[in-house]
Amino acid sequence: MKPHENLDPLVIAGKSYGSRLLLGTGKYKDFAETKAAVEASGAEIVTVAIRRTNIGQNAGEPSLLEYLSPSKYTILPNTAGCYSAQDAVRTLRLARELLDGHDLVKLEVLGDPKTLYPNVVETLAAAATLVKENFKVMVYTSDDSIVAKQLEETGCVAVMPLASLIGSGMGILNPWNLQIIIESAKVPVLVDAGVGTASDAAIAMELGCDGVLMNTAVAAANNPVLMASAMRKAVEAGRAAFLAGRMPKKLYTASPSSPAAGLVAPPSKT
Amino acid sequence: MISVTINGETRSFEAPVSCAELIERLALAGKRVALERNGEIVPRSRFAEQPLAEGDRLEIVVAVGGG
Repeated sequence: MKPHENLDPLVIAGKSYGSRLLLGTGKYKDFAETKAAVEASGAEIVTVAIRRTNIGQNAGEPSLLEYLSPSKYTILPNTAGCYSAQDAVRTLRLARELLDGHDLVKLEVLGDPKTLYPNVVETLAAAATLVKENFKVMVYTSDDSIVAKQLEETGCVAVMPLASLIGSGMGILNPWNLQIIIESAKVPVLVDAGVGTASDAAIAMELGCDGVLMNTAVAAANNPVLMASAMRKAVEAGRAAFLAGRMPKKLYTASPSSPAAGLVAPPSKT
Repeated sequence: MISVTINGETRSFEAPVSCAELIERLALAGKRVALERNGEIVPRSRFAEQPLAEGDRLEIVVAVGGG
């Protein structure tokens, strides 16, 4: 074994990653804070959004990718804000051109601006088109195991169910649904959306998720860099606990950790 | 003069103007951008040879922070 060999990498579309935490780059105070949070998180995959550039109004404005170099990080362009398969596909075609042919993408097609709940019908349609165009699609979806399986069968390289609604920080609302998805999936399953604090990330990993993708939980913390570091530890701890295999839960047990025998005797009365 | 729509805004240019010259005039030269012209991607390698035409609808995008 080489000194720094990772024996438990996250493998997505044939590529290995040492970190199982994927971090979004939105909502930070500035790019310096974004960069510091990404570094503290240990994330190797970072999501970005694709938006219209200013056209000369703010010449010389710094750009995100000057802070997070595509040569150092795997940049995962998303389709946040898209409400149709057509818009999502168009956005990712632009993203692929922007990133010199990079084809690993995060597909999300939303159904409702209030809840940001995914529209799985449009998501499935977009996934089919993108797979046909040789994109490697990591797909955000609801925690419906049938839809997750259909997305996998469509050719998505990772399935990313929500733990709760985007930006809600409500944590893992339905671990049972996630467990069914994890049990039946043959591609990596990552929780995407809903994580609020470190324990949520640890629980996701203990359930057997292959990774966790988050943004607001870090960016909206009082101290985003410290929370990024907490999330790194939580994901690592949760993964280790999953691999270790937890003890069964019992309401009570007549089996204390310390030996029952050999207790000192009470002093005898003289 | 030709008139084109860029990111939803109307702009006029002395013709002929190529995609490469457009990027230059918008102070985006050297920036990591992607360009869509009338719904079709224009690869960066072909910016110089693609002239703009009256009424073109262009989208020019960058990567920004997002989850």
